[in-house]
Amino acid sequence: MDISINQLTKSYGFQKAVDDISFQVKTGEILGFLGPNGAGKTTTMKMITGYLDIEEGDIIIDGQSIQKRDMKENIGYLPEHNPLYHDMPVVNYLAFCAKLQKVPNHLVDSRIKKMVQLCGLDVEKHKKIGELSKGYRQRVGLAQAMIHDPEILILDEPTTGLDPNQIVEIRDLIRQMGKEKTVILSTHILPEVEATCDRILIINNGKIVADGTADTLRKQAQGQQVLQVKVEAPSPQAVYEKLQSLPSINTVDIINLDTGRFEIQSRPESVSNQHIFQMCVSEGWVLMEMIPFETKLEDIFRELTMN
Amino acid sequence: MNSVWIIAKRELGSFFDSLVAYIMLIAFLGFSGFFTWLFGSDIFYVKEASLQVFFGVAFWTLFFFIPAITMRQIAEERKTGTIEMLLTKSINYRQLVLGKWLACFLLVVIALAFTLPYYITVASIGDIDHGATISGYLGLLLMSAVYISIGIFASSLSSNQIVSFLLALLIGIFFHFLFGILAGSTSGWLSEVFDTLSLTNHFESISRGVLDSKDLIYFISITLFGIFMSEYMISKKK
Repeated sequence: MDISINQLTKSYGFQKAVDDISFQVKTGEILGFLGPNGAGKTTTMKMITGYLDIEEGDIIIDGQSIQKRDMKENIGYLPEHNPLYHDMPVVNYLAFCAKLQKVPNHLVDSRIKKMVQLCGLDVEKHKKIGELSKGYRQRVGLAQAMIHDPEILILDEPTTGLDPNQIVEIRDLIRQMGKEKTVILSTHILPEVEATCDRILIINNGKIVADGTADTLRKQAQGQQVLQVKVEAPSPQAVYEKLQSLPSINTVDIINLDTGRFEIQSRPESVSNQHIFQMCVSEGWVLMEMIPFETKLEDIFRELTMN
Repeated sequence: MNSVWIIAKRELGSFFDSLVAYIMLIAFLGFSGFFTWLFGSDIFYVKEASLQVFFGVAFWTLFFFIPAITMRQIAEERKTGTIEMLLTKSINYRQLVLGKWLACFLLVVIALAFTLPYYITVASIGDIDHGATISGYLGLLLMSAVYISIGIFASSLSSNQIVSFLLALLIGIFFHFLFGILAGSTSGWLSEVFDTLSLTNHFESISRGVLDSKDLIYFISITLFGIFMSEYMISKKK
């Protein structure tokens, strides 16, 4: 199911938590929602799930406004703080959620079994939720969000509290789910977005500041290509001078002259890999390394949200 | 309707899991049993084969116990954030409130069911007025319906259970006797309004065996009003 958010606005008092944002998410797409604390991620997600009322604008799911038609049955939601009934055993809790989400009675057991297996809850399934560690509670939260096999998954920081192995498992799970479903997830962990999401949306102070894949964001953030090269030559000084004279290269920084390592910044809109290679060939030097330098997502994030 | 029952069943289960139900049952039966059979103007003192004494005692014990079971209903969901989980499932405010209400009401029904031996005992030692006894029980159920509804409304106002408990008692006191007192100390139409609002008057006429549609309408409309107000508060305060 496609989700379309149109000029959504929500304020708390005088402060606008979400300020006129619009975006679309298509079926089979995993959208990563990034932003500093208090940027409006959770508020937006809460409005999509129908928990918070829409103040201005609209949210269209599957061609219909959620203000007119209740879409909760099609949405699986993992809230930020993952609230659970601590006095309930895992299996009972999942059954409770399944029934509330209108899973037919004869399917409830098989759905629970599937979720228990999928989220790795087998050993803990008869324990009370209050007795579980944070990571296992998070799994229960994920299980309850997916119990009714929803078309749309809204996950507010799904991997908090998980250990590295679990994080990998959950990411795989989300990626797998994302093939057929519409997934929106928010996170603070930047490598996670790159690992799981097809598209990234960065919001700051309630406004969208970037929208695109990790690659397009990188290009936007930095126009020039950066390379690190290592050239073996009798005279590194000659290499340095020759590099500077290449037309496609903007600046050359010496990292280590003795080993022949340089950092090269190309001119905007141009690529210098070929020129460097050809230069080495024609001079009879050996090109030992050429490493493209990628701007880290962290840097893009900082650049867009620090002001 | 189905969702209402799912909520009610979970809530009822949590009453029994958390001992709230047992404490409430034991305390209710202990109090009402003690004052009905053993102490003060009990059944043997009155020397009548009637449960009027018990109804009088239960009228007060339920008044105090109901806020204790309703106080956590919405307040705790608010405090732990589970209300967000509930409201993003495919249920609406009304189903949530009705589910909570039904769970509390069923607990009171269970408590009153345990007093049926009183009825059987009295019926076996004397000539009991069955009609009056049945309508006495009906009166207690209707009164509970009203106080549960008020209690859930009080619980929807705050995320603090103690505040909810005290609020429920405060509102309850008006219906329980302040309106009655006010009716006595005012005159004219004002007195009539207070008289109509006083729950005690309606309860007494029902527990005497007089089934008047006016009384039924009173209990049902206040119950519904409480339920609507709870819905409204939940939708407003998130």
